[in-house]
Amino acid sequence: MDDDPVFKALADTTRRSLLDRLFERDGRTLTELESQLEMTRFGVMKHLRVLEDAGLVVTRRSGREKLHFLNPVPIRLIHDRWIDKYTERRMSALSTLKHELEDQR
Amino acid sequence: MTADTHTATTQVYRVWIRATPEAIWDAITKPEWTDRYGYGGVPEYGELTPGTEYRVLAGIGMQSQGVTGPVVDGELVEVDPPRRFVQTWRMVMDDEMAAEGFTRLSYDIDPRPDGVTRLTVTHELESAPRVSAMVSGDFEDEGAGGGWAWILSDLKSLLETGAPLAG
Repeated sequence: MDDDPVFKALADTTRRSLLDRLFERDGRTLTELESQLEMTRFGVMKHLRVLEDAGLVVTRRSGREKLHFLNPVPIRLIHDRWIDKYTERRMSALSTLKHELEDQR
Repeated sequence: MTADTHTATTQVYRVWIRATPEAIWDAITKPEWTDRYGYGGVPEYGELTPGTEYRVLAGIGMQSQGVTGPVVDGELVEVDPPRRFVQTWRMVMDDEMAAEGFTRLSYDIDPRPDGVTRLTVTHELESAPRVSAMVSGDFEDEGAGGGWAWILSDLKSLLETGAPLAG
């Protein structure tokens, strides 16, 4: 699974707010998630589907209920693949600068 | 972030890995693989059959940080290679976590199209708030690793590139 669906899923306020809800309390039903949003049930379902397709939400059956869980792994992968890479470069640029400044003394 | 942030008692993690179900099965059950990603650790499963009691010993990485003795123990519940592996799981390297008792850990391995395999880790953590916080990565800044998301990112890297992530 590539990163594009993850970035696309995250590029929406409602979807990020759904992830925040699940971060606060995981394993919620559609009804619970819907009750806190000014949106139709169908709208919330559509957003959840996008999140699920991107792997950011995983559903699991518990009795008659379908529970939604936040899956942080795709975000971790982006962190490990992209964020670390650029912060590392900045760190090494800083340490080069430090060495150069110290050499001038 | 505190342990209170996460009040749900079950955590679900999913990762897609370009590897066969058999390769993933080996990576989660065989000591020569388990010590190469995430926290590491050397499981002593003996017979891979339901009912087997097991423990996980500190691996090379943990030993270098001064951890000795078993880190996890439990019992195998379901063994269905290469599709499903379920065990009870108790963290014993920390007294407070050990006192929270046994949790239940399931690995589900599903082959998908195009040579990709979906691995789902379900950790049932009823009445284990401290272990919950640890496996969700809350103690990462204290040097306790990033929990399941970190482990699975590292496992993906190991199986797809032959090397775990640095650090």
